[in-house]
Amino acid sequence: MPKGAGQQREMRVRILAYADRLSARPGEAVEIKASCDGPVRYEAELVRIVQGDINPDGPGYREDAVDVDLGGPFEGRLQPIHTGSYGIVEDNEAFRDLSTFTAFAAIWPTMPGEGPQTIIARRDPHTGAGFELFLNDSGVLEFSVAASAAVASSVSTEVPLQAQRWYLVVATLSAPDGRMTVTQHRLPPHPLPAPVATMTREGWASAVPTDVAAPLTVAARPAADRPAERHFNGRLERPSLYASVLSLDGMIARLEVGSGSTGDDDLVAAWDFSIDISSHRMVDVSHRRLDGGLVNLPTRGVTGRHGNADAFCWRQTPERYAAIHFHDDDLYDAGWETDFALEIPNGLRSGLYAVRLHADDDEFYVPLAVLPPRDGPKAAAAFLLPTASYMAYANNRIALDVPETEIVIGRLLEHNKHNLFMQEHPELGLCFYDVHNDGSGVFYSSRLRPVVDMQPKIVGALGGTGSNLWQFNADTHILGWLEHCGERFDVITDEDLHREGLSLLENYRVVLTGSHPEYHSAAMLDALEAFVHRGGRFMYLGGNGFYWRISFHPTLPGVIECRKSEVGIRAFAPLPGEFFASFTGEYTGLWRRNGRPPNRLVGVGMVSQGFDVSAPYRRTQASRDARAAFIFEGVDDEIIGDFGLSGGGAAGLELDAVDHALGTPEHALVLASSERHTDVYLMTPEDILDPVPGLGGTEADIIRSDMVFFETPGGGAVFSTGSIAWAGSMAWNGYNNHVAAITANVLRRFIAPEPFSFPGATAE
Amino acid sequence: MSRYRISEADKVYAAEFKRNLDAGDWFHSPGLQRVLNAMRGGPSAGKYVLVVDEPFRRWSLGKTPGKRGDPIEIVPGHRFHSLKEAEWEVFKLRWRQHTGETLSL
Ligand SMILES: [Fe+2]
Repeated sequence: MPKGAGQQREMRVRILAYADRLSARPGEAVEIKASCDGPVRYEAELVRIVQGDINPDGPGYREDAVDVDLGGPFEGRLQPIHTGSYGIVEDNEAFRDLSTFTAFAAIWPTMPGEGPQTIIARRDPHTGAGFELFLNDSGVLEFSVAASAAVASSVSTEVPLQAQRWYLVVATLSAPDGRMTVTQHRLPPHPLPAPVATMTREGWASAVPTDVAAPLTVAARPAADRPAERHFNGRLERPSLYASVLSLDGMIARLEVGSGSTGDDDLVAAWDFSIDISSHRMVDVSHRRLDGGLVNLPTRGVTGRHGNADAFCWRQTPERYAAIHFHDDDLYDAGWETDFALEIPNGLRSGLYAVRLHADDDEFYVPLAVLPPRDGPKAAAAFLLPTASYMAYANNRIALDVPETEIVIGRLLEHNKHNLFMQEHPELGLCFYDVHNDGSGVFYSSRLRPVVDMQPKIVGALGGTGSNLWQFNADTHILGWLEHCGERFDVITDEDLHREGLSLLENYRVVLTGSHPEYHSAAMLDALEAFVHRGGRFMYLGGNGFYWRISFHPTLPGVIECRKSEVGIRAFAPLPGEFFASFTGEYTGLWRRNGRPPNRLVGVGMVSQGFDVSAPYRRTQASRDARAAFIFEGVDDEIIGDFGLSGGGAAGLELDAVDHALGTPEHALVLASSERHTDVYLMTPEDILDPVPGLGGTEADIIRSDMVFFETPGGGAVFSTGSIAWAGSMAWNGYNNHVAAITANVLRRFIAPEPFSFPGATAE
Repeated sequence: MSRYRISEADKVYAAEFKRNLDAGDWFHSPGLQRVLNAMRGGPSAGKYVLVVDEPFRRWSLGKTPGKRGDPIEIVPGHRFHSLKEAEWEVFKLRWRQHTGETLSL
């Protein structure tokens, strides 16, 4: 490779793909959607993922071929991803021949001056005919009218809009003389009066467009070569269209919610975003009912121009949530065409699989959990693949966008070809660890797009020294260990659990978690609690579990919402009054702040994180209790896990400890606690009330992983490690070590049918 | 600006960092940690990163653009065969950026 300043590395991620689902049962079909940027043909095969870590010090990468013909080779084609949200209303007679009209909306721009941004438009992208009210390159409000691309007129207010201030923005056109006006008017609330409160400019259209066939769009305009362009960044409220020229006072009055619904003869359409906040529709309150659709999930349930005042929930005062926040980087469904469908063969054992697409040196894995048949035999143990947490972290840019990441990993960031690719391709979409281009928080994350970091072989950023795995690939350390143990197991996913609830779990004796099961819906938590309380055995083999509350969309597939209200380790803080999920109206944030701390379910809860090196545990006196004898059978060591692939120790990355005030059962045995974490580890914000020095790993007692065991009344039991790094130690030395042995001891006893007796309880 | 400014007086921590790297010791003194925080923090634009040439074996030096979509640039003339070697090299580069002096121990 030639050397030189400014030289760029050649990208070698030229195949991308995703599926319409993450799990399926035998007989069900999965659609694979691929895009090739270069390869003209590719091949595809189904493989079972046994162990995805490529670290030469690890147990060895292993995928097993599955004898299923997927067809192919397939023709490679480029399928682009178009980010950016907007609203679109189909063309309608009522829009035609509007030669005299007023179009207005209230807006709160977040990136004025950063490229042209449409507010409301009706424009044919092929002829250029129509009208558009937009912020131009200078952040100035501009109104353009065109009979064709060649015959266009425009007028602008000349004064740029300020970011994060509410304005009424207006365009008027009147036939027959073609007088056009554009007006910006600052709306309260704002801290002080604006230097220029109202500004109107007028001009004349050289030709008034007629016979334009085009949809009406909000927050973007249709484009010739893609669905939409000139995406607006910011909040937008009540876009309206009237068939007359209104006065400023008349418009201000009509901005009020509900005013357009009756007795307004000139009203063509007015869209009220306070209606149906959970949906992806924009509802017209005129008698014409010209409802539109919202593309790419702009953010709803956000405060509008009235602010939130003393209202904090959109369900109670929807009129204060009449705005939608649009972003040029919103993405819900990449919308790719299906390349081929795969039917899960009957008889295929349950497990973690992937469709591997490859051409020459390029490859991409589309993961797929295969469940056992709904009514068929089940293994005794089920591995719950934390797909909600994978979605929460999907294509995260923590290593690319967050400058402090090098401090928290305690060493230089290593960017591999996947990171370099993600850096250059932000259109892959954002997740809960990112902020939008305008700095606002990301509330929605979808799996209907290629997810680069949900593949085997991927090396992460936060996985500590050694293998440096995170989420999906880190969990293959546990799957590889299960394979090594030789115990039969099924694989199920978070989404199945959310959808099917307890019925998904009830035939299993043991459920095992992944290394980092952080995100749960209420339905998922209900099912897990019910499972444990009726005698199920639960192995929590991770850290930072059961931390955030998420909401699945009630009708849209493959997307979750999380707002991270109040407190917690997070990339952004939502604004006041915006702590309730737009999908469901649920109060979001930490489960701890929802009255259901993880300590109740698994005995431990998140206390710290750090991503350099991990520490070992030291056994406690309680680990000698007869109740725990089975756990340490064959293990004499006092120090547990002073080795591993995730930071060189079993306790690390994200740590959980017991807290009786938060619900750790009083009979829980703390079997071991980790010692001596570095000062890269710090206390979580939710535990810091009064910040005082001494919050780091070498000083704060709270910073530790507690290994915990307790029985439940129905003959069940819970074993928790409280550490993400645990899995990396299980996989150490080809799974031959005491961390793997302890975990196997627990698994075998948990599989055994004999009930655990609840200590102190009278015999049943 | 209360961000810590690295000075000649921190040379003792440069020596400690070298020792810790050689010993594989991740527990740094508060003084060294402060120097590292100053070096590793700051904006993304122009920040040194490693670019993996061969996973777990070979690395080059790169610089992040600080803007989504822009490529990570390769800084010519740096090839590493161990992470320790890379850490020390970047420490010296940053020492010069922060103090204007070439680090000599
Ligand atoms: Fe986490």
